[in-house]
Amino acid sequence: MAAGPSPYSTSFAYEDKKLKVVGTKPLERPDAVDKVTGRARYAADYNLPDQLVGKVLRSPHAHARILSIDTSAADALPGVKAIVTWEDFPDMPVEHAASGELMINYRDTTRNMMAREKVLYDGHPVAAVAAVSESVAKRGLKLIKVEYEVLPHVIDVEAAMRSDAPLLHEDQFTKGIDPKPEKPSNIATRLESKLGDVDAGFEEADVVIEREFRTKPVHQGYIEPQASIANYTDGGQTEVWTSTQGHFVFRAQIAKLLQMDISKVVVTAAELGGGFGGKNNVYLEPLAVALSRKSRRPVKMVMTRDEVFRATGPTSGTHTKVKIGATKDGRITAAQAELNYQSGAFAGSSLPLATITVFTRYDIENVLVTGHDVTCNRPKVAAYRAPGAPMIAFGVESVIDELAERLKIDPLSFRLKNAAKEGTQTHFGPRLGPVGYVETLERAQAHPHMLEKLGPNQGRGIATGFWFTLGKETSATLNVGEDGSVSVIVGTVDVTGGGRSALAMVIAEELGISVDKVRVKSGDTSALGFNFMTAGSRGTAAGSMAVVKASRDAIERLCEIAARKWEVEPDQVVWEDGHARPASANVGDFEPLSISDLARQAGLFGGTIAGHAEIDAAMGGPGFGTHIVDVEVDRQTGAVKVLRYTLIQDAGKAVYPSFVEGQFQGGAVQGIGMALNEEYIYSEKGTLENPGFLDYRVPVASDVPFINTEIVEVPNPAHPYGIRGIGEVPIIPPIAALSNAIYHATGVRLRDHPLSPPKVLKAIDESEHAGIED
Amino acid sequence: MQKYHVTATINGDEVDFLCEPTQSLLDVLRDELHLTGTKEGCATGDCGACSVTLDGTLVCSCLVLGAEVGGKSIETIEGMAEGDDLHPLQQKFIDHIALQCGICTPGLLVASKKLLERNPDPSEEEIRYWLAGNLCRCTGYQKIVEAVVDAAAEMRNS
Amino acid sequence: MNDLRFEFADSLESAARLIAAEPGEVRVLAGGTDVLVQLHADMIEPDLIVDIKRIPELRAVSEGDDGWRVGAAVSGLELMDNAKFCAAWPGVMDGVRLIGSVQIRGRASIGGNVCNASPAADSVPPMIAAGAIATVFGPDGPREVAVQDIGIGPGKTSLKKGEIVVSFFLPKRPARSGDAYQRFTPRTEMDIAVVGVGVNLTLHDTGVCSTARVAVGAVAERALLVDEAADALIGSSIDEAALEQLVSAVRSACRPIDDKRGTKEFRIKVAGVLAERVARIAYRRAQEAGGAG
Repeated sequence: MAAGPSPYSTSFAYEDKKLKVVGTKPLERPDAVDKVTGRARYAADYNLPDQLVGKVLRSPHAHARILSIDTSAADALPGVKAIVTWEDFPDMPVEHAASGELMINYRDTTRNMMAREKVLYDGHPVAAVAAVSESVAKRGLKLIKVEYEVLPHVIDVEAAMRSDAPLLHEDQFTKGIDPKPEKPSNIATRLESKLGDVDAGFEEADVVIEREFRTKPVHQGYIEPQASIANYTDGGQTEVWTSTQGHFVFRAQIAKLLQMDISKVVVTAAELGGGFGGKNNVYLEPLAVALSRKSRRPVKMVMTRDEVFRATGPTSGTHTKVKIGATKDGRITAAQAELNYQSGAFAGSSLPLATITVFTRYDIENVLVTGHDVTCNRPKVAAYRAPGAPMIAFGVESVIDELAERLKIDPLSFRLKNAAKEGTQTHFGPRLGPVGYVETLERAQAHPHMLEKLGPNQGRGIATGFWFTLGKETSATLNVGEDGSVSVIVGTVDVTGGGRSALAMVIAEELGISVDKVRVKSGDTSALGFNFMTAGSRGTAAGSMAVVKASRDAIERLCEIAARKWEVEPDQVVWEDGHARPASANVGDFEPLSISDLARQAGLFGGTIAGHAEIDAAMGGPGFGTHIVDVEVDRQTGAVKVLRYTLIQDAGKAVYPSFVEGQFQGGAVQGIGMALNEEYIYSEKGTLENPGFLDYRVPVASDVPFINTEIVEVPNPAHPYGIRGIGEVPIIPPIAALSNAIYHATGVRLRDHPLSPPKVLKAIDESEHAGIED
Repeated sequence: MQKYHVTATINGDEVDFLCEPTQSLLDVLRDELHLTGTKEGCATGDCGACSVTLDGTLVCSCLVLGAEVGGKSIETIEGMAEGDDLHPLQQKFIDHIALQCGICTPGLLVASKKLLERNPDPSEEEIRYWLAGNLCRCTGYQKIVEAVVDAAAEMRNS
Repeated sequence: MNDLRFEFADSLESAARLIAAEPGEVRVLAGGTDVLVQLHADMIEPDLIVDIKRIPELRAVSEGDDGWRVGAAVSGLELMDNAKFCAAWPGVMDGVRLIGSVQIRGRASIGGNVCNASPAADSVPPMIAAGAIATVFGPDGPREVAVQDIGIGPGKTSLKKGEIVVSFFLPKRPARSGDAYQRFTPRTEMDIAVVGVGVNLTLHDTGVCSTARVAVGAVAERALLVDEAADALIGSSIDEAALEQLVSAVRSACRPIDDKRGTKEFRIKVAGVLAERVARIAYRRAQEAGGAG
């Protein structure tokens, strides 16, 4: 993850001015009516005439060599029109590319979408069939004979790191170790990041606490399963409609994996039914295109929920060690962490991103972070909302809580004493600019939640989180119609439903017009320059930079037209309050011209009014959040009830504040689910035991209370409106906040995720027998 | 596989279709009748995205066979608004930002509408427990509860 | 499954005929909340599905002088809307109200819950505790069987091929009777019970327990009727000592497995905790109940 800005990146300085539209509630939201009436079209809602149904045959083994695949019986089944296996896809050399917040390696991507030499997880695709109906396709799958040589498997990260563990890739030698090891390993990469001298720092400390933590993989849990429909044509363009967070990136990947020209592939991002990072990777798309190419008919493929859990991208399971030392007056002198993260069947977890977040909330002179990215027999990790951060925050924020208690300082004050602020040197390179961490802590201290009385078996937990905002390639094209209404195409996929509105508000603010005159839509890939994924909280932050630039571009055109009409120089015209005006009285006594005045007359004075922007937005301002949670624990069953929850986060500038609140609440509830009940459960054979919403337990409405939210605004100095990305921070603190709350309710500390009733009960029983907590 | 010819009433209109015995009502609505407002999230009755009413009872359409609905009356999300007029619940969902990605929204609206028909003044707890069969991953449920409370109040006063 | 057929049966006789005539595998369809899940997961591959919801005896609920009769295909929601039945058997309804979600309860039936034979089924422990008797109809005509003898293992019943459960009879209880059911789940709703306990008891006028039945679910291959647990309550006034014995008896009877929903030790521990909580509620209901159940 690059720490410094590209010399070609675009940033705009923050403009401190009074705003009319940004920060309010828009009168309408363009996506909402279609969604509440059922008219909105998600990927699985599309149908093409003459389409076939595609289905995937998946490995039942966690680890096996593929000895042979015999599709002859399936080929002969009436109604089966095409079958693909690894032989239909070219092998790919090692080649890296960014795909959302994680990197991909094409050599691995092609193998993940269709196994070649080995199957590496339960659910790994081995063949795909296109047939005239779902029932025929399913029968076709049953007729494909695959011979496997089952191999020993390994899933747990600690087990996979051992030198005698079953090996997934014979050609994988740990990177980041010098000299290069002789033996291949499941450890794909070792990372290290440091500042100062931790040994000296720990010497200086009066108290040092060192703990180990373990977390299980969790899934993004989007309610919409992946779906794609592909229509291959020889002469023209191959069209793909799909559920994706980044249609440009998907287009590039589809083209490469199938060796087609990018210009011959058009990808349309359907309305997205939730992604959270899990739809940053291709799964069905190349298979659907290949089947369409072979059958010469459109092919529609929709994952079942079972397939989503088994074969898309849950997060890393982790094993971490955290050691923090502080003086008795509460100053942290040294901090150290080791992060061992599963990457799944192929290398490339969120480890590099996680290392950035480990201690970044604190101003510490001596830091050492090491980490290992470890392959194991479960699906390849995909991003999930602040990928990698919640797991290490669990450890760090728990140890911070323990330290604070040991030093007899309350948890918020302890954090304030050590808080990161403007100028704090991070361990991974840059110094922080102006940030709002202190503000969120101070608001937490003053919050009424802190005054709520706690009863028996109830406890309060605090935890904080940090995440950065991606910038990257972002495009927008803006056109002013003859009636003065503005239509805008953006390349960023609107993953939450509110992105379109936020961007429309920014455009309305820039142009000085009413937001209902602005229509924003996401274009297909033939409409715009390359756009990066909507990931890294960049949707509104980077998208808004592009539309600001496009708006200002359009304003120049509007002023040019007014100048021609008034027969003055363009620099003698200014744009104010939605009108072109003479720059001063000297220029002349002209009536101001509105957008619709100018649009109507544009033809007489030079033609269409448009603006566009293709920028590589600079990495955005980091966001910080502080969470407070109260729980009640049933000491006889270990059940944890969440009583009240408060979340305070720096948004820089909230464009659409009520929508931002909704994202805060959604992220916090995902974090609560992650903390209490969500986990991947594997059998002894390495197959997934809970690939469904019955036993993969996401929170239901009755599981969670009202989530109180507060927005802090410390403007991002590198954005014209001060906007910071906000989507990811909310999911980071809940595991630690709940674990700390359970401790304060029961006296037991949990370090093994999830914090489910059997674990809580066992810990309570053990502490009652032991008499003391360690 | 043999197909069955079924006649039913959907959103007040008489409709007939052919279906295989393994096809659920959800499959029929989406794939045979192209009423794609009702969504598939899990096909096992655990997420509620496929909620419809069957002879007035709130059910998961993924757990009803197409072949068994002959002569029955089905209401889906497509029947909730009256022309241009949104149902108060639909309007309140928009007003309160009770939807983000919107994939769970049709199921939630159908379920909420049924709740208010049976209980015009539900408490927050009653709403949460009634809607426990409808998963939402984006909103954290809060704005949904607020929207239902507000819609209930408006419907009681009109 | 190429030739899967679907048929409606509108009488017990036609159901029996259809099932007997089918050489292959038959699945009977009531609410469908188990059958469709299994069908779509390819866990079952029947040749014939028979919809029994049009058979009047399976859909009727009636109160007679000697007790209530509930049709096997009556949905959970229909029972929840039957105020008299809810008042008569609150413990059975504790269980029914916990099956799935509102959507599931709109279709799921006690007959389906019993015959699907999951050891964790929520209506089964309170039905066993109630002493419910099932009327079964098959090729050899009708017969009666206690609910606790229907489920014999996960997914297995003692029913012969061609037999369907028609209705359940819950014998009328004397005055001062009460029943209750609780289960443990990690979430507040939607989960399969990790452990569930049903208690049904009757008190003498003196307040001492005269009869009791205790049933526990999800701690063995089927729900268990635990006589020793009932014995702990009978003759007592549900005091601390009796409850301690109850808890111990329930725990001793458990023979659970470790699975994705819970560990052995957790199930045993919590079975005892729930037994005590449920016995207290059943006791309170019995004290408050004036009329006969």
